[in-house]
Amino acid sequence: MSEMAIRPEIIQAARGPQDFGVVEKRLTPFERMYNQVWLRKTFLVVVLAIIWEVYARNLDNELLVPTFSATVSAWWGAVSSGVLPERAWASLQVLAIGFTTGVVLAGILTVLAITTRIGTDFLETMTAMFNPLPAIALLPLALIWFGLGIGSLVFVLVHSVLWAVALNTHAGFRGVSQTLRMVGRNYGLSGLRLVLTILIPAAFPSILAGLKIGWAFAWRTLIAAELVFGVASGKGGLGWYIFESKNQLDIPEVFAGLLTIIMIGLIVENVVFRTIENRTIRRWGMQN
Amino acid sequence: MTLPQPLLDVRGVTLQYKTRDHLVTATYRVDFAVQQSDRFVLLGPSGCGKSTLLKAVGGYMSPVEGEITLKGQRIARPGPDRMMVFQEFDQLLPWKTVVQNVAFALRTSGKLRGKAAEEKAMHYIEKVHLTRFANAYPHTLSGGMKQRVAIARGMAMEPDILLMDEPFAALDALTRQRMQDELLALWDETHFTVLFVTHSIAEAVKVGNRILLLSPHPGQVKAELNSVPRGSDPAGAAALEARIHDMLFVDRVEEEEHV
Repeated sequence: MSEMAIRPEIIQAARGPQDFGVVEKRLTPFERMYNQVWLRKTFLVVVLAIIWEVYARNLDNELLVPTFSATVSAWWGAVSSGVLPERAWASLQVLAIGFTTGVVLAGILTVLAITTRIGTDFLETMTAMFNPLPAIALLPLALIWFGLGIGSLVFVLVHSVLWAVALNTHAGFRGVSQTLRMVGRNYGLSGLRLVLTILIPAAFPSILAGLKIGWAFAWRTLIAAELVFGVASGKGGLGWYIFESKNQLDIPEVFAGLLTIIMIGLIVENVVFRTIENRTIRRWGMQN
Repeated sequence: MTLPQPLLDVRGVTLQYKTRDHLVTATYRVDFAVQQSDRFVLLGPSGCGKSTLLKAVGGYMSPVEGEITLKGQRIARPGPDRMMVFQEFDQLLPWKTVVQNVAFALRTSGKLRGKAAEEKAMHYIEKVHLTRFANAYPHTLSGGMKQRVAIARGMAMEPDILLMDEPFAALDALTRQRMQDELLALWDETHFTVLFVTHSIAEAVKVGNRILLLSPHPGQVKAELNSVPRGSDPAGAAALEARIHDMLFVDRVEEEEHV
């Protein structure tokens, strides 16, 4: 074996602050503004609105694409006349019934699935069969079974929520670490108490993801179903409002209806779900 | 001298578990008895069934042969009279703060209610020097701090026996040493009974007063030894370590000679 050459040792004195250019310097106002996510996103939306306005003015055909300003004034008109809030409220009521029912059913199914083996098989078979089936495809059947009315809407909503939420919740339960389950049993917990106090919080990231997917599915299904038929007891929802406005060639109102759908979606996503996330899984370090 | 009735009695315990394709015998007819205030160590190489044995004492699995009794009562299911401290850092509930984790254990098991649970929790958190972090969530703590919370939780429950499954194995060497010292300091205060699983000979000699040596595949009792008295000559500890080392690895040498 050959001898290695002996290298000199290196010892360095630390450099003083006079040698560094910048240790800490406040960023410029523009840089700080650019770091704000909401500001960047608002900027993007404003740019898109300007493009829309310019394009629509050049096209100059209100029946195809109304201008942004016409849409906004139509929206404001519909809001101040109380039509749009009323329609939105009608939609949200049906949505709340369908969504809650779906989530409760999903909860029951998943609890059965984690406590019994036949329950697991049932859930897996049902989700495999029904998850790929678009809820809207069931609407004709629902109309025969439940007639024109809220019953049919709730039925398709439950279908669109149930499988997505159940699938995610079940995956979340199975993902709970063996150690946490053992800790829970160590406290003397079992059965439903173990599910409520250990499994549900531990699986909360998956459950929340399932609720978000379920909400989005339900919202889309509802609007689509209302477009097909929506006039239950003379009071339709947002989908019906769009359909009606189109028939009367009030295209700015159609756009206003779409705008409302988008806004409600954004509010639920960015305010409701974001707040829940910040107070739970982010605070617990279960998601960054 | 006749010994008193042991606190924990393990008699002829054979444990088996099923993997996907095999039925594995983890331990074969293991006997040992833990007395009140013992620091009883289960020591052996991986595959000697020491963790499985601890799980059986915890009530997570039942023996196919033999019997485990605690204070004369047969162990049937997990319960708060045998608190477990696991190796994994994720044994704390991430949605509860340090003090809530300890108090929740006290409340759910029905030991204490309301304010009393909180007070007792704080008392034991102070014992493990985490008062400053009482309101922190587990994900903000280091590995060693999480294990200290788990120990505080185990001790706050004042179980008949504390079961520790390689609690320091996932820590760095310096932290591990400090945790061993802290555990011994806590024992000096209350003389709790602990059943401690480890694969480190040095840890067994340092932490335990009685050491059960297990041989692997399946786990069988090889020896039950007394550790050296604490604070005695380090040469004695080193000699015991060497003796245990020879006993544990004699099989391997023989195996190699036969090949």
